[in-house]
Amino acid sequence: MISALSNPTKGPAFAASRNSCKLCAPLGACLAFRGFEGAVPFLHGSQGCATYIRRYTISHFKEPLDIASSSFGEAAAVFGGRENLRVGLENVVRQYAPQMIGLATTCLAETIGEDVPMLVRQVMGEMRGRVCPVVHVATPSFSGTHAEGFRAAVRATVDVLAQPGPRHAAVNLMPGIISPADLRYLKEIVADFGLESILLPDYSETLDGQAWDEYQRMPPGGTPLDAVRRSGAAQASIELGAWGDPERSAAGLLSARFGVQHIPLPAPIGVTHSDRFFAALERLSGRRTPQKHRDERGRLIDSYVDAHKYVFGKKAVVYGEPDLVLGLVGLLVEVGMAPAVCATGTRGVGLRQQIVAMAPELDSACILEGVDFVEIEQQARAAHCDLIVGSSKGYGMARRLGVPLVRVGFPIHDRIDGPRLLHIGYRGAQQLFDRMANALIEQSQDNSPIGYSYM
Amino acid sequence: MAPELIDPERVKQELLQAYPAKVGRKRAGQMVVNRKDTPGESPEIVANVRTTPGIITQRGCCYAGCKGVVLGPTRDIVNITHGPIGCGFYSWLTRRNQTRPPTPESENFMTYCFSTDMQEDQIVFGGEKKLQQAIQEAYDLFHPKAIGIFSTCPVGLIGDDVHAVATEMREKLGINIFGFSCEGYRGVSQSAGHHIANNQLFKHVIGRNNEPAPGRFRIGMLGEYNIGGDAFVIEELLDRCGITLTATFSGNSTIDNFERAHTADLNCVMCHRSINYVADMIQKKYGVPWIKVNFIGAEATAKSLRRIAAYFEDAELSERVEKVIAEEMERVLKAQAECQPRCQGKLAMLFVGGSRAHHYQLLFTELGMRTVAAGYEFAHRDDYEGRQVLPKIKIDADSRNIEELHVEADPEHFRPRVNEERWKSLAESDMELNDYAGMMTDMEEKTLVIDDISHHEMERLLEIYRPAVFCAGIKEKYAVQKFGIPCKQLHSYDYGGPYAAFEGAINFYYEIDRMVNAQVWSFIQPPWDKHAGPTLEAAFVKP
Repeated sequence: MISALSNPTKGPAFAASRNSCKLCAPLGACLAFRGFEGAVPFLHGSQGCATYIRRYTISHFKEPLDIASSSFGEAAAVFGGRENLRVGLENVVRQYAPQMIGLATTCLAETIGEDVPMLVRQVMGEMRGRVCPVVHVATPSFSGTHAEGFRAAVRATVDVLAQPGPRHAAVNLMPGIISPADLRYLKEIVADFGLESILLPDYSETLDGQAWDEYQRMPPGGTPLDAVRRSGAAQASIELGAWGDPERSAAGLLSARFGVQHIPLPAPIGVTHSDRFFAALERLSGRRTPQKHRDERGRLIDSYVDAHKYVFGKKAVVYGEPDLVLGLVGLLVEVGMAPAVCATGTRGVGLRQQIVAMAPELDSACILEGVDFVEIEQQARAAHCDLIVGSSKGYGMARRLGVPLVRVGFPIHDRIDGPRLLHIGYRGAQQLFDRMANALIEQSQDNSPIGYSYM
Repeated sequence: MAPELIDPERVKQELLQAYPAKVGRKRAGQMVVNRKDTPGESPEIVANVRTTPGIITQRGCCYAGCKGVVLGPTRDIVNITHGPIGCGFYSWLTRRNQTRPPTPESENFMTYCFSTDMQEDQIVFGGEKKLQQAIQEAYDLFHPKAIGIFSTCPVGLIGDDVHAVATEMREKLGINIFGFSCEGYRGVSQSAGHHIANNQLFKHVIGRNNEPAPGRFRIGMLGEYNIGGDAFVIEELLDRCGITLTATFSGNSTIDNFERAHTADLNCVMCHRSINYVADMIQKKYGVPWIKVNFIGAEATAKSLRRIAAYFEDAELSERVEKVIAEEMERVLKAQAECQPRCQGKLAMLFVGGSRAHHYQLLFTELGMRTVAAGYEFAHRDDYEGRQVLPKIKIDADSRNIEELHVEADPEHFRPRVNEERWKSLAESDMELNDYAGMMTDMEEKTLVIDDISHHEMERLLEIYRPAVFCAGIKEKYAVQKFGIPCKQLHSYDYGGPYAAFEGAINFYYEIDRMVNAQVWSFIQPPWDKHAGPTLEAAFVKP
């Protein structure tokens, strides 16, 4: 099905990035910290980082997102930012009375080699009155992307807060970067199995909130810190979209430190991946998949059968965070589409190995790590792709190639429904399949001289 | 008679309450109740000082001002961000810069985001080699006429010399390549970045081409960034009046136009904050006088056109300008008459930019709305108090770090556009020759002026004043709207616009009318309706 491309692994070796397919590590960290109740993200370094990240993240979620900063000036950049950190933490504590401060470093602080853990100990030790846990994570963007910053922040939070204790039946869920709608659905699924879930993290309310009757400085929602503490005694951790070294994941840490069973799974996108997730929940709960979800799976399969002819054999370009790409490839393959170009901006994730393990026929597909959009576009053009699946950043490419773009993941800053898009589970697969099929139908309808209107 | 405003001193104390004593003292200087008792004088405000760590600010960084704002809208220069990936990514088209290349084949690199994507190796061993390679790649790909290099925080700290690399590559490739030391930690806000960007344009670009644009009345437009297509409508308007635009800094701009910017006969400064010093330098070096203009607001647009016409002292031009104004004002007044009854007397607040918070008040005035509080994100004292305050501004460590170029008259190309006598009469006219008024002059008595407003202060203001509309940016937008108050973005225009010139004014009237009067707000029950009681808010007059 898939034609071998001229250069299946990597395009020409460019030193520079041209239209990056990754964001910076502190962004991922801020996103993760926002998913813990009463937590304020704080960036140690230049204030521009907080502003840029807020600007960018807010345009996707369309929700307030406060990120504090230690606002380094030239003196702090040269002599260190201890005083800035002290004043900054004090002000955040005073203004927000937070339950936790998530402290991520910017490139600036990392370049000058700030000993942040030591500074935090000193500064919090000096602070009289209210204090709260400060979770520090090192997030230099010169050695990691937003996907890695996100994982590192979740791991750091668990590292600081998780406690041992008598084993309980709750299941830790490490969802990766998915939409607030996905997170809500995830909670619903686990609850339907009669299990308590501890989402690490859960920004389903904080980043997709309601109109408030009363203004609240700290948006409601997020995983309560007590639940994070209890994650050390949970019966298992399901890590969705697991990739890379387990030591660098929160689930890996909980397993090593507290013996919490670590269940790494691909992101449950599409039937095949979702089945694995539901099977894991069946095992952990000792219950069959509830009828509601079996029905949803049934309807999904029925629609696959009815509509696969519109998507079958179509060549797709998929890009994004490694876990999202891997999940999407699963869905594409199961409906008979050909993921001709699979790309991520993150490096060192073994994307090819994982994709081929899942779908050996993709051995000849163009699978790219650490790439930018110029390279993705070249490969997409060479592959004569029919459909593009990824964030809004692919819009330019889609426009130039004259191919529809189905927006998924993050960032989606040119549509209003980014936070409400479903990707995971049977329900998410249904939405994705419908949207992809409709995009292709619309394309052929628009290009048809007659404009067929019946199926 | 407009209802009296609530006691702003009380509001100020209320805002300051949340801060520790030291922070409170600092913020107090940046919050001023407007007074108009002494004509020509405004109360003193503290501005352009560092934001206190931990206070959520609207401000960005030096890099953002340099790369995003000033060079962002120039289409024929390849901009390379030297640093880790975030900075380049976040400045990738996010200011919604628009441009109109003359043909589909013409150069337009604005949609590209080049970054050296620095990795740990380069942080440790230096990134100059990778930067050289990136420049070479950009050159090989596009053969552009110019390449700009923008430094991010790590660059200055690890000691990469972007200027040396630029010089080396300029000699090697034979095109104009120059660097910017605009690391994010420099200065106190994006204003530092504007200055660094403009200095480099002055040093490396302006004056390279002495061939003037054809046309009788040649002007330059400084400080217009083409958000939402503003530059397009201004260009069209000037064209209709028979005025030639030599260069705009930097909306819808090209390096070619910058190179001959000094051949204009008059420079018109719109956003004085970001560029007044360039107008000064061009005047000194090449003899081009500058005046203040403003194309935000129909009245202001008409006034600006008349100023330009008056400067050129040409009856035909004046006649043409008057004709255009008369035609346009008819449409404007019709739209005003339609929207005004639904907006009359409502309150507005503006916290944005270094000139916008001032200029947009004029549009609200035209709608019959009152601005009760306003402030800038990255302004200096002169933007609040007027240019006459410049000599009184203390130079602090942060401003000292921004290079002040020493400029002298160019021995070959200095050409005085007006003689001494004419200069004198221009200076005495109401043309604002080498001058601009501060925002406070145009604001009512007892309004609140707040520099670098914090998130906390914004929330309290909204609770206390319950304005009908709040103008800021995307970072504030959704917090404001949680209060049930519409937020108009004046950075991106919420993907609306243009709002400049007559056409823009009409757009703005309809937009604000819609925002203020849309049905959706009725579904949100605002907190003050629930908790009417003996609170501070209850004591305030609801207009």
